[in-house]
Amino acid sequence: MVNNKTKLLIRTAGLITACAFIIYGFTRGEAGVVLNKAVNICLECIGLG
Amino acid sequence: MKINHAVRRKLLQFIAFGCSNAHLLNFKGGRIYTGKWKQFCNPGLNCYSCPAAGFACPIGALQAVNGSMQFSFSFYVTGMLLAFGILLGRAVCGWLCPFGLLQELIHKIPSPKRHLKKGFLYIKYVMLVVFVLILPVAVTDYMGTGKPAFCQYICPAGTLEGGLFLLAAHESLRNAVGALFSLKMAVLIVTLIGCIFFYRFFCRVLCPLGAIYGLCNKISIFHLEVDSHKCIGCGKCKEICKMEVDPVKAPDSAECIRCGACADACPTKAVCLGFSTKCGKTLP
Repeated sequence: MVNNKTKLLIRTAGLITACAFIIYGFTRGEAGVVLNKAVNICLECIGLG
Repeated sequence: MKINHAVRRKLLQFIAFGCSNAHLLNFKGGRIYTGKWKQFCNPGLNCYSCPAAGFACPIGALQAVNGSMQFSFSFYVTGMLLAFGILLGRAVCGWLCPFGLLQELIHKIPSPKRHLKKGFLYIKYVMLVVFVLILPVAVTDYMGTGKPAFCQYICPAGTLEGGLFLLAAHESLRNAVGALFSLKMAVLIVTLIGCIFFYRFFCRVLCPLGAIYGLCNKISIFHLEVDSHKCIGCGKCKEICKMEVDPVKAPDSAECIRCGACADACPTKAVCLGFSTKCGKTLP
């Protein structure tokens, strides 16, 4: 069983990692790939691709 | 009048549904929203090809970046999923997911309700690993671009929210319908029928996003606690749980969507749901 201190540590480390991932991904242009995919009709999603 | 978790949750589900799908005018003419907000991921499953969608689908976005020519791993989408998962866990499924709300509404259709065999619950992990993580990276064309396999072969949300509306609006798309669309329609029909008999059939059996958030349930800040001093072991929490979880034995179960029905049903208020730890010690 994970105790409360360990949980707090994992949560903090996880949130810091998540923020670092988002910032790193954003700066290397991943958001642009997401935007490009999302603003065009995704043929795979609708069953045609 | 005391507002319980059920009322609060339903209200928030409808608000989240509206926020995720705010561009209703796009249904007229079969367009999709093309603004900057679509670079951000919706916490719940909501197809970005739905005309009303204002954000990107996290599962679609993850596959798109992982399968792109430039990148083979998406730090951006993984970071967002990790943040949502640590903050809320599967409360995203229970309180914010538009497709989850649709499934709950379908489940209200009068019919005999069935229990799901435990083995089916593991299929969503296979979906996550095989269709979301492996296939988009491993199966690529000559340019090195992979296809979003989960969206392509499985996702009934895309067929329902995007496919049917866009096909109704565009003759050119209707002319392109083939075997793949038939496969996706079959998955959609099975899912919809499954949702009538089984509570949140798609969430429990097929949803890779539910699998990710379920894994985060053990550490999520929004969590469930059971006070061992107050619990009288009446079993009402287990009895009322539609996800078939025993909150006393497994408050951090990967299947718990944090709906709060157990907290509402507990006669001694031993079950608590929230960001803070009001209950004290949790039962082992």
